[in-house]
Amino acid sequence: MLLSIDSSAGASAALIRDGAPLDAWRTAETSSHAEVLAPAVQRLLTRAGVRGEDLEGVVVGVGPGPFTGLRVGMALAHALAEGWAKPLHGICSLDSLALRATDAGIDGEFVVATDARRREVYWAQYISDDAGSRLQHGPFVAGAGELPDLPAVGAGLGLYPQQLRAAELAEDPTGWVPDAAELGRLAAGALAGDLHGVMCQARPLYLRESDAKVPLQMRPGGVR
Amino acid sequence: MNEPLVLGIETSCDETGIGIVRGTRLLANEVASSMNEHVRFGGVIPEIAARAHVEAFTPTLRKALDTAGVELRDVDAIAVTAGPGLAGALMVGISAAKGLALAAGKPLYGVNHLVAHVAVALVEDDAAGSPLAPNTAALLVSGGHTEILRIGSLTHDVELIGSTIDDAAGEAYDKTARLLGLGYPGGPAIDAAARHGDPHAFRFPRGLTMPKFEGTAQSPGKHRHNWSFSGLKTAVARAAEQFEAQGLAVPVADLAASFQEAVVDVLTAKAVRACREHGLTSLLLGGGVAANSRLRELLAQRCADAGIELTVPPIPLCTDNGAMVAALGAQLVSAGAQASSLEIAADSSLPVEQILR
Repeated sequence: MLLSIDSSAGASAALIRDGAPLDAWRTAETSSHAEVLAPAVQRLLTRAGVRGEDLEGVVVGVGPGPFTGLRVGMALAHALAEGWAKPLHGICSLDSLALRATDAGIDGEFVVATDARRREVYWAQYISDDAGSRLQHGPFVAGAGELPDLPAVGAGLGLYPQQLRAAELAEDPTGWVPDAAELGRLAAGALAGDLHGVMCQARPLYLRESDAKVPLQMRPGGVR
Repeated sequence: MNEPLVLGIETSCDETGIGIVRGTRLLANEVASSMNEHVRFGGVIPEIAARAHVEAFTPTLRKALDTAGVELRDVDAIAVTAGPGLAGALMVGISAAKGLALAAGKPLYGVNHLVAHVAVALVEDDAAGSPLAPNTAALLVSGGHTEILRIGSLTHDVELIGSTIDDAAGEAYDKTARLLGLGYPGGPAIDAAARHGDPHAFRFPRGLTMPKFEGTAQSPGKHRHNWSFSGLKTAVARAAEQFEAQGLAVPVADLAASFQEAVVDVLTAKAVRACREHGLTSLLLGGGVAANSRLRELLAQRCADAGIELTVPPIPLCTDNGAMVAALGAQLVSAGAQASSLEIAADSSLPVEQILR
């Protein structure tokens, strides 16, 4: 049993048993992660009658995503893993959408693009073929016009319909955001030895520096 | 529960603090600071501070538990700073605190940062600390705060008497140090430079001291117990420009000493008068600026003259830390206060009257 958490866009949490979601919670709200995520995890555990000692580990989406919201899930996951003395596994949040596209039958190369605000997207390029699905490049942050001309999935599509073209799938991929249930499935696959190169350190993927500028007065030879 | 074992988490600014107390006995006080990362900016950058909290949280927690010789399952409660402070930084501590409370099945107390600065005065290293004196005031002075409070009870009666209406005193130090080229943090830099200067070389303004702001004890003006420091740095800049315009060397030591004298004079004069006029006979000093030598000296002198008993906790307990949060948490647990919900939010401008979220 794994507990999986993601707060890279909306917020979500899931319990994964035998590689499949047992129960899950999600919200599209982007501004209330600090308030809603911990109670949601508590409800999931209570409803399933799961205690900390029943878990094999905690999984967390490491982004990329808007910084403040992303850190809420990261800090919660770190503290839960520490409090339960269980291993913590990080997974790139964009992998969630690559798995969803693969489940929906995508074939060949494609890109995942999510909202990075400031007229940019977080993106990564994947391939799905006979050998399975895997990451080719990324993750990066860039203007939607700079991405390779490949079918795309993810919320970036809805924001930049001129620059990105939707992959033709049974389900419209325009509004897709990362979800803890898929990240949990990926982690379960990796822990079972079926998937490789999926897990990473549980540290936030910001992809951008802070905006801070060194004031003129602090620069060598700067004006007073 | 008379002597609850409480773990406190502080992330409201650039210090990741985790402290552990048993009642008023200090067991651990671990602090990881991101101050060095802010030096080149001349002030705290909220995003850099928030990033550092995520990195520092787990190592600091492990150190604190290790130092105290306890395990998480032993603690009776988790306390965390819920505000006031930098929103993004507070959220890291609150989320982590919720995770610990949830994982360990412990109650969560989201507490007020300012009141925690007062509660830390109860804490002692070896023995149980002494209770708060009746009629106590607290003067909190840091890079983010300048307040004088009346403390009736740490758990249910705190009143704001006065505060800065613009820059915090520590912020004025940082900005002035920046314009004098003395580096960051400004407090120690100006304190050091001032030692070689004449505090009376320049007469800088004491903000909000005109009769129209102050009124009288019987008929107090709107800003009788408030401070203003934003005009001071401008006055220092104008004075420096006078020398530059004439091609003369800027007398940095004299400017620093005169600036410091202006800050400390108005800070202590108003604090001591506020105590007198509110019948407060004990004063606690807290916040990072409590490390300032001239502030300690003049406040001690003026309190002695006014018959006010002054307490200044050790400097590591005056600056932001987790032990102060744990200390307030322990007071709340002992008083039977109701624990916070796991749904509490960070409140960057939490009013001081709200001790517990």
